[in-house]
Amino acid sequence: MGLKTPLYGTHVQQGAKIVDFGGWDMPLHYGSQIEEHHAVRRDAGMFDVSHMAIVDLTGGRVREFLRLLLANDVGRLKTFGKALYSCMLLPNGGVIDDLIVYYMSETWYRVVVNAGTRDKDLAWIVKHALDFEVAVVERKDLAMIAVQGPNARGKSATLLLPEQQAAVLELKPFFGAPFGSWFVARTGYTGEDGFEIMIPAAEAADVWNRLLQQGVKPVGLGARDTLRLEAGMNLYGNDMDENFHPLESGLAWTVAFEPTDRDFIGREALERAQREGGRELVGLLLEERGVLRSHQKVLLGGASGLEGDVTSGTFSPTLNRSIALARVPKTSQPAVQVEIRGKLHAARIVKPPFVRYGKPLIDIS
Amino acid sequence: MSNNIPGDLQYTKSHEWVRQVHGEAPNGAIEIGITDHAQSALGDLVFVEVPDVGRVLQAGEACAVVESVKAASDVYCPVAGKVSANNGALASKPELLNEDPYGAGWLFRLEAGASARASSLMSASAYETFLAEESK
Repeated sequence: MGLKTPLYGTHVQQGAKIVDFGGWDMPLHYGSQIEEHHAVRRDAGMFDVSHMAIVDLTGGRVREFLRLLLANDVGRLKTFGKALYSCMLLPNGGVIDDLIVYYMSETWYRVVVNAGTRDKDLAWIVKHALDFEVAVVERKDLAMIAVQGPNARGKSATLLLPEQQAAVLELKPFFGAPFGSWFVARTGYTGEDGFEIMIPAAEAADVWNRLLQQGVKPVGLGARDTLRLEAGMNLYGNDMDENFHPLESGLAWTVAFEPTDRDFIGREALERAQREGGRELVGLLLEERGVLRSHQKVLLGGASGLEGDVTSGTFSPTLNRSIALARVPKTSQPAVQVEIRGKLHAARIVKPPFVRYGKPLIDIS
Repeated sequence: MSNNIPGDLQYTKSHEWVRQVHGEAPNGAIEIGITDHAQSALGDLVFVEVPDVGRVLQAGEACAVVESVKAASDVYCPVAGKVSANNGALASKPELLNEDPYGAGWLFRLEAGASARASSLMSASAYETFLAEESK
């Protein structure tokens, strides 16, 4: 018996196959994972992401606190409602978690962290918040539904009052705003357009069922994983963790080294790592039949003898090929081999994302 | 959970099914696949690897691989024998295994001696009991 979100009963009612995910009883799929994947790429799907932890940080020095705590710089957030993706690092540069932070007001930021890392994240945040007199409040009273796909925003908007509909459709990417009891953000984890909607837990089942009536298809964790991997997005615990820093996890773009006078936890270690080079996270496309999986060995081209590892691998329903993220020594040779059940298979290093807005972005010929 | 168990087949604890095929090879042949329960537990299949024709297999040997979106799973040869045919259609249409696990989704055929067939295979009713025990 695991933890349950406010939508657990709804999932069971709607035929979900339930699995344990980081201590939570979550839907894996509602019948066909591949159909759910295509629904998000072609129309609209919804995910229960209420297992993720929503944490409100408030106080007069909250901005100063987050500029120390996060590798990305909340100083870049100039407009209320704007969101920022960032890693939270250990002093040695290892990734404690990846998160999204919303700039709610001068004295209020909201962060959303992963379910599996909730306890250690909160402990880390609270420990450092004390020095800044920042209050840390987990919003267990809120549920969260991600509605994703080309028709996701339009279908979601119909649930709001007429006077709210135009405004919610005008939200720019990576912005959020309150609409009555909802907080709606134009963010997601699929490579499609859409919203992530935070709502009071008591309203969650009603909102879910009204979205269902609009033709939004329930989507489980299985398709969530294939969608995020096609979109080239990292999964914490697979593609990054405390043993690797963001620069070898494809996340250099999320580290704000400028301005140089901003100190953040992990900065020194990352500056050292920058000078040393080392490994990088790349995309892989399998050239043959088969399926790439995490922990498979990647052999680099030529007689280098260099090796890496697949960190996440799957079958891509959009490309009809197997794709992966892999951590490998830096190389200029795109041709590699992957060991699958003792046999070597040809694969090619490509630049993620593999798929964006329903369209393949890599050449699969 | 989908749970169709045809009465005319035999079953293994690792969720393979075995069908006697008369009139093929000197002593007839047996056809092997995975059960409805197995395909349902695996989810959408995206890759199937079947043994080459002519390969000699021991009972209990891992001889085929079925991969769904989420995981790879081995298929074990229920009885010893020599592969006489394999289902090439699965290479391009692995979903046949989800749609029709006892028909179009068959995996391979074996030439097996009569002695090999009188093994520890379960009847449909025994397999049904086994599944009920397993899910407790």
